[in-house]
Amino acid sequence: MVDLSVKLGQLTLKNPIMPASGTFSEDLSEVLDLNKLGALVAKTITREVRTGNPTPRVCEVRGSMLNSIGIPSKGLAYFLENTLPFFRHYDSPFVASISAGTVDEFAKLCEDISVPGVAAIEVNISCPNIEEDGKAFAMRPSSTLAVMEKLRSATDLPLWAKLSPNTGETAEVAQAAEEGGADALVVANTLLSMAIDVRTRKPKLGNLMGGLSGPALKPITLRMTYQCAKAVSIPVIGCGGIANLEDILEYLIAGATAVQVGTSTFINPTIMTTLVDELAAYAEAEGLADLSSLIGSVRDGEAADQQFLEALS
Amino acid sequence: MIHQDMDPASARPEAGLKAFEALCTVKSNTSANDDYRLLVLEAPKHILNCQPGQFFHLLCPVTDQQQPYLRRPMSIYRFDADKGELAFLYKVAGEGTAAMATLKPGELFNVLGPLGVGYTIKPEWQNLLLVARGVGLATLAPLAQEAARLGRKLTAICSARSEAALLSTEHFRSLGAQVISVTDEDGSSSVENLQTLIEGLIGSQGVDAFYTCGSNRLLKLLQELGAKHNIPGEIALEQQMACGLGMCQCCVRPFSQNGEVVHLRVCKEGPVFDLQEAMGW
Ligand SMILES: Cc1cc2nc3c(=O)[nH]c(=O)nc-3n(C[C@H](O)[C@H](O)[C@H](O)COP(=O)(O)OP(=O)(O)OC[C@H]3O[C@@H](n4cnc5c(N)ncnc54)[C@H](O)[C@@H]3O)c2cc1C
Ligand SMILES: Cc1cc2nc3c(=O)[nH]c(=O)nc-3n(C[C@H](O)[C@H](O)[C@H](O)COP(=O)(O)O)c2cc1C
Ligand code: FES
Repeated sequence: MVDLSVKLGQLTLKNPIMPASGTFSEDLSEVLDLNKLGALVAKTITREVRTGNPTPRVCEVRGSMLNSIGIPSKGLAYFLENTLPFFRHYDSPFVASISAGTVDEFAKLCEDISVPGVAAIEVNISCPNIEEDGKAFAMRPSSTLAVMEKLRSATDLPLWAKLSPNTGETAEVAQAAEEGGADALVVANTLLSMAIDVRTRKPKLGNLMGGLSGPALKPITLRMTYQCAKAVSIPVIGCGGIANLEDILEYLIAGATAVQVGTSTFINPTIMTTLVDELAAYAEAEGLADLSSLIGSVRDGEAADQQFLEALS
Repeated sequence: MIHQDMDPASARPEAGLKAFEALCTVKSNTSANDDYRLLVLEAPKHILNCQPGQFFHLLCPVTDQQQPYLRRPMSIYRFDADKGELAFLYKVAGEGTAAMATLKPGELFNVLGPLGVGYTIKPEWQNLLLVARGVGLATLAPLAQEAARLGRKLTAICSARSEAALLSTEHFRSLGAQVISVTDEDGSSSVENLQTLIEGLIGSQGVDAFYTCGSNRLLKLLQELGAKHNIPGEIALEQQMACGLGMCQCCVRPFSQNGEVVHLRVCKEGPVFDLQEAMGW
């Protein structure tokens, strides 16, 4: 038996495959055995009850999708009374995901959700910061540092910072999250996008714009994973467009310690457990005792053609 | 990418699982009339424990011309666990359904289901009235089958553009239903005419419950008649879907419950809802 377990700081996962926030809920237990997953990541919640964005909330783009679900939330009380007790029946670590519009609300929610049964808190800092100019916390290193420091002081649980691809400062934001006290980075959330129906000339999403997810996102979030893994010493969890084993291997080689699978679950709801089996079979066939020799093994010093480099020197 | 023929892990029924991703074999895929096609699949028994009104989420094939990505929701038109058969009645609307239309006998087709909450037939509901238009009949066909099994009296008002576009009237008759066809062609499908027709039925034979789907016009009419004559009812509704399993929250619609507006998921709390709680669009 190959050992697929990975360590994310103080937390050990039986395998590196877990769902991405917002693409998973209790309902998946009707289709597969949740105990086969490395961790269970809940949909982002806010403290207050929220309706979410107007419909249509999803549309299809070539081989991928856009969503503008927003964060419909039944609130903290519902989460503590219903969601959390449900996941206590499973032994895979349960990860809560939270969001708020201000640093103080974020920190208070982080404190109140630090209860037994929650193994780690993923902080969705890709949401708008209403105290500044509505830009997501994770777009800038300064706002990332400010919110992460406050969150760090609010909990002793592992804190995973979920980064955004909507930034030109990936490495700097990653370093700010680490400096602010993050235990791991989740890289990344969806990329702001748009689609228009040319027949009706209406945007396809009720919210006009939404986030791109699925295979089209992968090259971008893989690049970010590589950049982040280089820039920080905390573990990176790769997320974006994973649809098959090769995608997972790419993320691990780029430096991710674990991965999250989102949109692909909508296409094949049992894909995560299939991928766990395929990863085990791959490791076995490659004669790997565990995944450590794979993680971060990218041969980035050897990418360029030797002949090209020699001709220059 | 994900392939049609990848063996889904849950093709094996496991304890506690309610919905299954399964590979079916196409038996036939033929046109039912100018607008609609009938897809008949050979399906494993364990996915055929279905309720009328439930749906499957279909992984439409990628072809040279069509590249659908998300699954497409489709009501169950017919299911038969003994024969291992599952059928869908569909209209070619866009990319996904166009790809479905290319399926040939013998080919494999990946389906997920059965999903959602179907229709209820309460014991005291003896006289059932179905009112449906076009492909809406698909959701009501298994209901007619169940009503026949339970020995309930069934009347079906089938509405279509033209006489030629009427679907399934024979199927409903074969289940012992009294079928009334109305068309746009001869004007009999107008709201005024339907109202007279339905109030006539309420007066003559009595109606204990209404069932409908899809149309805003029919919803409004049946809500009014239901309120006036104190007749309960159910409606099947549609919304864009991604996961089909209740996870992504994209398929919500507003409903009015006890004077409050709530948002419910069509894939999970529906697709069948209380007629009076549904809100027009
Ligand atoms: C519960 C349920 C049951 C249904 N049952 C049937 C049925 O029995 N027969 C039938 O012909 N049709 C049915 N529909 C509608 C059917 O799902 C759409 O016609 C189909 O998804 C269109 O896909 P397309 O790629 O051909 O069209 P496109 O217009 O190219 O689709 C683009 C996107 O919009 C979505 N979409 C388009 N129309 C609808 C719609 N009316 N409802 C939900 N999503 C839509 C598609 O899934 C896809 O993601 C049902 C819908 C729901 C929600
Ligand atoms: C429908 C939908 C809802 C999502 N909701 C959330 C959310 O609530 N919180 C969050 O941090 N990310 C959310 N995401 C982003 C995913 O967690 C993930 O970062 C993104 O989809 C990229 O991964 P994928 O390509 O594998 O889907 C959502 C994505 C989708 C498609
Ligand atoms: S389609 Fe995802 S919740 Fe209904």
